[in-house]
Amino acid sequence: MRFLLGYGSCGIASGADSVLSGLNEAFLGTDFSVEKVGCNGLCFAEPIVEVITDKGESILYGRLNRESAVKLAESAKSGVLTDDNRLSEEELAFLKGQKRIVLSGCGKVNPESIDSYIENGGYNALKKALSIGADKIIEEIKISGLRGRGGAGFPTHIKWQSARNSQSDEKYIVCNADEGDPGAFMDRAVLEGDPHRVLEGMMIAGIAVGAETGIIYVRAEYPLAVKRLKIAINEMREKGILGENIFGSGFNFDFHIMMGAGAFVCGEETALLASLGGNRGMPVTKPPFPAQKGFRKKPTNINNVETFANVSWIIENGGSAFASMGTEGSKGTKVFALAGRVKRGGLVEVPMGLTINDIVFGICGGIKDDGDIKAVQMGGPSGGCIPKNMLDTVIDYENIAKTGAIMGSGGMIVMDEKTCMVDMAKFFMDFTSKESCGKCVPCRIGTTRMLEILQRIVNGEGEESDIDTLVELGESIKTGALCGLGNSAPNPVLTTIKYFKDEYEAHIKEKRCPAKKCSELITYNIIEDLCRGCSLCSKKCPVDAISGKVKSPFKIDSEKCVRCGQCIENCRFNAIEIISGEVKL
Amino acid sequence: MADNLKIGIDAILEKYINPEESLIAILQDVQGLLGYISEDAVKYITEKTGIASSRIMGVASFYAGFRLKPVGKYRIMVCMGTACHVNGSERIGDTVKRVLGIEAGDVTDDGLFSWEEVACLGCCSISPAMMINDTAYGTLTQEKVVSIINSIKEEEGK
Repeated sequence: MRFLLGYGSCGIASGADSVLSGLNEAFLGTDFSVEKVGCNGLCFAEPIVEVITDKGESILYGRLNRESAVKLAESAKSGVLTDDNRLSEEELAFLKGQKRIVLSGCGKVNPESIDSYIENGGYNALKKALSIGADKIIEEIKISGLRGRGGAGFPTHIKWQSARNSQSDEKYIVCNADEGDPGAFMDRAVLEGDPHRVLEGMMIAGIAVGAETGIIYVRAEYPLAVKRLKIAINEMREKGILGENIFGSGFNFDFHIMMGAGAFVCGEETALLASLGGNRGMPVTKPPFPAQKGFRKKPTNINNVETFANVSWIIENGGSAFASMGTEGSKGTKVFALAGRVKRGGLVEVPMGLTINDIVFGICGGIKDDGDIKAVQMGGPSGGCIPKNMLDTVIDYENIAKTGAIMGSGGMIVMDEKTCMVDMAKFFMDFTSKESCGKCVPCRIGTTRMLEILQRIVNGEGEESDIDTLVELGESIKTGALCGLGNSAPNPVLTTIKYFKDEYEAHIKEKRCPAKKCSELITYNIIEDLCRGCSLCSKKCPVDAISGKVKSPFKIDSEKCVRCGQCIENCRFNAIEIISGEVKL
Repeated sequence: MADNLKIGIDAILEKYINPEESLIAILQDVQGLLGYISEDAVKYITEKTGIASSRIMGVASFYAGFRLKPVGKYRIMVCMGTACHVNGSERIGDTVKRVLGIEAGDVTDDGLFSWEEVACLGCCSISPAMMINDTAYGTLTQEKVVSIINSIKEEEGK
């Protein structure tokens, strides 16, 4: 019997360490042991242990703590596995609709052991790639229809061919692992859970374009990913899979890791190259493209983590197997990171061509606390909000773009009635205005002006002309900015204006926030009939804004109240309401 | 600058053949050593490598990962990513601010805590989240934040 413990950042944050020590203690003196694996994507049920029985049956246990882990271990020792903490059929539906290529090793292989990767078929694709050679590799990638998974969806084979065509004594393969889109975490999961898959993909790209050096530009905020990459590279070197004359083929390759220093704009290729060179990450105009003049002015091929993670599967199974999944223009699978107000958040890898509804309701079980869905945000700060009535949109690059959002890196933030769309637009504009590198005026000044207007609107100081001004500014920034960050920065505002104009108008004309979120536009009120005068709210209030006599209704002083919500969280009688726009008491 | 710090920075610089190209890595190492990028350190790097102080400061101030001020022994990073925002991270930030009594970016008088708002930590599925040094904490509530900070204070005997 095998015990696989999800030991990614999210698992650890949810208490995987105490589960580990519980299991280990209970297993002391037995033949059982615990294997640490990456996150299997069922983030909603962390910490997770997958038990694989001697018959090969897989049983998932979730939401474990030390105590329940010991119980599980004891039951395993007794020979009859406990039913406690087993994930229900309903919860397991999360896995059933998925087709896993990029995530196939996450939660299965031990990310700190190259042997584990090899046992699962690892590096077979590399051997095959070495035997078929560069032209055939690029041909397979072309047949597969693989497009860049980082956001823009540019055909991978064109990039590779272009870098291959560039004549130079030195070329580079760069992996963009600077996952900066807030709300996306698939790259972290792959790097932490199956680092060799990414490295293998990079090496195959190296054979294809004629590069001998791979550079991984990884977020410093992902220390566990960095650690596991380093372990992986060292093990490869020990096994002779790195260095000179790999597998006796005459092919040489080596890796370097560079840690990003925290700049969203470095997702843009030319900014990333500037950062690799030790400079401020500021984009420059293309051409020349990195494939002609990149790192150290040499031909450089840049792809993101998920793109590289698809490569070994394509080489092993053939481009046409990959192309058999998906839609006309978007082939294969895509990983989505589901978060926000969704019931079962986590990582979902599905063939292109499903609808947003299929994912949110079919796989992820709908909305938290059985609330009503309002919108799904796709593409992060460069994307847009897709409203409820358009959630039957088929997921591929073209159809998502038609809504005004973008596929982006695959973040899907689910929003319910409690999410204010104006506040969301402000949130993203705040992000992009801070992340603007400052090089060009439309982006630097334009995003700041848009943010100021949005700030006024949520403060209840909006003017009727604001909506038009936002649209005008947004359009100018889109056309006037140099790089992708600026070109797409207005999208969250423009899509929310397009689909949720009524919410903007409520804020501006009625000084009302329909979602009851914007703190300047809401008041907390105790409903006298429901209040039992237990005084708990007044004890919990951090600013002493609630007063009254025990056993008679309490009152909230609106002037003092900071709208922190502690009183509502603690009230046992649902006696506290939020009022917006109505007559203040 | 103290001699032992100079020795530390010397050791860092020795690791890199091309300091111009490796400036970001050098600054990351220096920050690892000092906790932040001090003015003295910048001057010393200029002295040793010839890279203009203006260029070093340009890089250090461009990236969110570099700090130009010291941090507390416990560095609290409250995630302001999208998922955390939707699940109420603003209140988490407000709570940290209230409990510590300092603004984001500042350090408590005893040097124990500093806090800041950071971009997505990638722990979206357990939002709202925060990190204290290298440890991530998820599915936070205001009460949970207070108890986490209090337990650190207790451990430190404050």
